[in-house]
Amino acid sequence: MITVENLTKAFGTQPVLRGVTLTVPRGEIVIVIGRSGGGKSVLLKHLLGLVRADSGRIEVDGVDITRLRGSALDAVRRRYGVVFQSGALFDSLSVVDNVAFPLRERTRLPAREIAARAEEKLGQVGLAGMGHKYPAEISGGMRKRVAIARALITEPEIVFFDEPTTGLDPILVNTIHRLIGDLHATFRFTALVVSHEIPEIFEIANQVAMLADGRIIEAGPVAAVQRSDNPIVQQFIRGEPGA
Amino acid sequence: MSGIPSRLLDGVEAVGRFSLSIVIALGRFGAFLGHAVGLLLTPPLKTRQFLARIKFVGFNSLPIVLLTGTFTGMVLGLQIFIVLSRFGAEAFLGPAVALALIRELGPVLSALMITGQAGSALTAEIGIMRITEQIDAMEVMALNPRRYLVVPSILAGVIAFPLLTAIFDTVGILGAYLVAVKLLGLSEGTYFGEMQTFVEIRDILTGFWKSLSFGILVMWVCAYKGFYVGHGAAGVARATTQAVVLSSVLILVWDYFLGSVLP
Repeated sequence: MITVENLTKAFGTQPVLRGVTLTVPRGEIVIVIGRSGGGKSVLLKHLLGLVRADSGRIEVDGVDITRLRGSALDAVRRRYGVVFQSGALFDSLSVVDNVAFPLRERTRLPAREIAARAEEKLGQVGLAGMGHKYPAEISGGMRKRVAIARALITEPEIVFFDEPTTGLDPILVNTIHRLIGDLHATFRFTALVVSHEIPEIFEIANQVAMLADGRIIEAGPVAAVQRSDNPIVQQFIRGEPGA
Repeated sequence: MSGIPSRLLDGVEAVGRFSLSIVIALGRFGAFLGHAVGLLLTPPLKTRQFLARIKFVGFNSLPIVLLTGTFTGMVLGLQIFIVLSRFGAEAFLGPAVALALIRELGPVLSALMITGQAGSALTAEIGIMRITEQIDAMEVMALNPRRYLVVPSILAGVIAFPLLTAIFDTVGILGAYLVAVKLLGLSEGTYFGEMQTFVEIRDILTGFWKSLSFGILVMWVCAYKGFYVGHGAAGVARATTQAVVLSSVLILVWDYFLGSVLP
């Protein structure tokens, strides 16, 4: 379980997070929604240990990661899988080498076993036989799926998705959402998804949290958030101008 | 009373802020190398990345080093021959060319050429990896990106720079030979014979230490600039320019310093 308590962060004089409090229960998918520039990616970077908080706590199964550095932080990160917004695939490596990379670098598994697992993972995201291609040679949707395969190859307990469907067409958006849902049903990882795709993303969510003005202004089960009487939440969900 | 002192205070504050930013940047720059050296001394060395960097820095820079080395030698041969012939001292052309190349021009010019060829590309590559979150991806995989990107580059610089400098020196001496012996009629025996008399091992060591330190310097600056790149394509472009300019200036400054302390 991940708990974020009163997290604050400012860049210079500009506050971005003003006391974020959020819980991601074990084995559930929590979607963080909010306007662009509202601090969702900054929150995610805190959870990944890429940015230091000004104050507050982030506990991963009771361990406060805001105080961790070096190998102690890496021990927590080994439990993570991350799908970056851009995919963040290594462009000098082929698709299969990208997927195999975490296993190759973090385990002592035989090369044949790693290759077999990478091919299997590519098959699970619908890219069997595409391993020889390079990231520049495949479409945006394929890159997202490769990124998902790479994030899941170590069978992580916790997976973070940073806007996994940005820039994709509606059919691909639903394909990726269904893929995340199916993989979650199979592997039961805890997931935090930062997304704009409303209401499509709600189909795979257990809970939704809305970040606005540096705070979580609404959080709870999907149906409860959809029925929220908070005008900012309703404006955002309906996509009304000014939200 | 209130206007002038407050303006003065603002000025002092601006100077202080600027000085602090310089000190912080220098500290980060030094810590970057210290961290890389620490990783270099603690296994594992990423062999695949190291071999790729050797090709990237060394082999890929070979054509430009061969070309510039040859023409530098030819120019030296021609100009020094013209000067020495005024004093009837053409016999000293061989050692003059060899000493100029081995002690000074070989290490400096080859380092400048490698900076343009490989240093700029290194900054751009690491910078693009930074802005496309590839470096973040490594970090969240619990892998140290410096071990994959910085350590192999610095180690490749340590090996490739002296080797390329030796090649530069060799083709430079041969270039001067072509001009002096084949075109201007100096005797082959005089050209090479006097060279063996005057060039000592300390001259070769001076060139070696210079090229070795340039290798560390250039890879350090270029990797650092890529690692701490700004935002977007403009950030990468700016970092690449800064890396080349800073490396080139530091090569010349460090060359003077080493030239003063080495025998």
